[in-house]
Amino acid sequence: MNAPAITMDVRRFGETTAVVDIKGEVTAACEPVLMSAYEAAGGSATNRLVLNFAGLEYMNSGGIGMLVTLLVRANRQHQQLAAYGLSEHYREIFELTRLDEAITIYDSEESALNGVVR
Amino acid sequence: MTELSGTGTAGPDKVASAEQIGLGAREAASLPPRDAASWAKKVDRLQVDPRAGVRGTNVAGRRLTGPVQGFGKMWQKTYRLAAGTEVSPEQAITAWKAHFPEFWPKGNRFAGALTGISPGDVALLDLAIGGGVKLSTGVFVLYADEESFTLMTPQGHMFAGWITFSAEGGPGGTVVQAQVLMRANDPLYELGMTFGGHRKEDVFWAETLTAVGRYLGAGDLTVTTRIVCVDSSRQWRHAGNVWHNSMVRSVLQTLAAPVTALRRRRG
Repeated sequence: MNAPAITMDVRRFGETTAVVDIKGEVTAACEPVLMSAYEAAGGSATNRLVLNFAGLEYMNSGGIGMLVTLLVRANRQHQQLAAYGLSEHYREIFELTRLDEAITIYDSEESALNGVVR
Repeated sequence: MTELSGTGTAGPDKVASAEQIGLGAREAASLPPRDAASWAKKVDRLQVDPRAGVRGTNVAGRRLTGPVQGFGKMWQKTYRLAAGTEVSPEQAITAWKAHFPEFWPKGNRFAGALTGISPGDVALLDLAIGGGVKLSTGVFVLYADEESFTLMTPQGHMFAGWITFSAEGGPGGTVVQAQVLMRANDPLYELGMTFGGHRKEDVFWAETLTAVGRYLGAGDLTVTTRIVCVDSSRQWRHAGNVWHNSMVRSVLQTLAAPVTALRRRRG
């Protein structure tokens, strides 16, 4: 399997919220990178994890599957998962796969942090 | 091995980025993403035309269901087979797409669209469930590129989720893989999966991969299976999915078939 062409940086907002900036290609190959970012962001006090997809360049079905497994882990820790920065194309993929029913999509970082839907 | 073909074009991981081909940020932003042609367009409910050889019920008007919408425990099952050094990943997937129905175990029917396996296509299925009853359902082609394709299930299917068929190259040659990420769609299916359904599914995909390997000329037809329970909890809020259960509906449709045929004949 090729090395994943992706970076994920974590920014914290207070004790309870973290943003993961995703830049590059989301495929099944980047699972270790995503899970490392999740570990860095998802301390026991974190109850809201926001995924920033503004730097997303490519995603295949393996990438969507990986987001489902991330969702399961977050749910187990009673953490909310949110997303913003999705282009129209990727927003449609979230809707097609009905992932948007579990990961709330926002238009901006501000609304994602505040939990204000569109 | 017969009829192997492949374009030899770059797979999705080998396509040059906009930056590499000298595009500026603004030009790059206006380009469609390079995965755009691989994904199906958004649909709310499935639409299908009748196909020869299958009953074709329990699909039209149904919504797609992912693992989020399912009821049972979530499983990730991976079946792999070494296809050898004579075939590239692209050739393996081209052949798998072209002959997909032929690789299924006997007694099961897959009636795809005329276009084959392309994003947005809907295939109709008749699956043997024993006792002479066929379970009629379908699948939707969610994603397809040169090295993989993914099928997603509709309401009423045994599983809520998707299955990805892929091939990758390595030092030992090409490996073909089928990977299922799913939950049983409703409590009845969950019960069925617990009492023999999982074993039947494992046999189904192992036989399929064996047929693919045989076609591709693999020397060793051993299939390795890896099963992971991703989430052991059941989603009781989705227990109502049982309303769409295609197995129950298929049994009723089978029982009602003589009456339906008689009515049609009378007019």
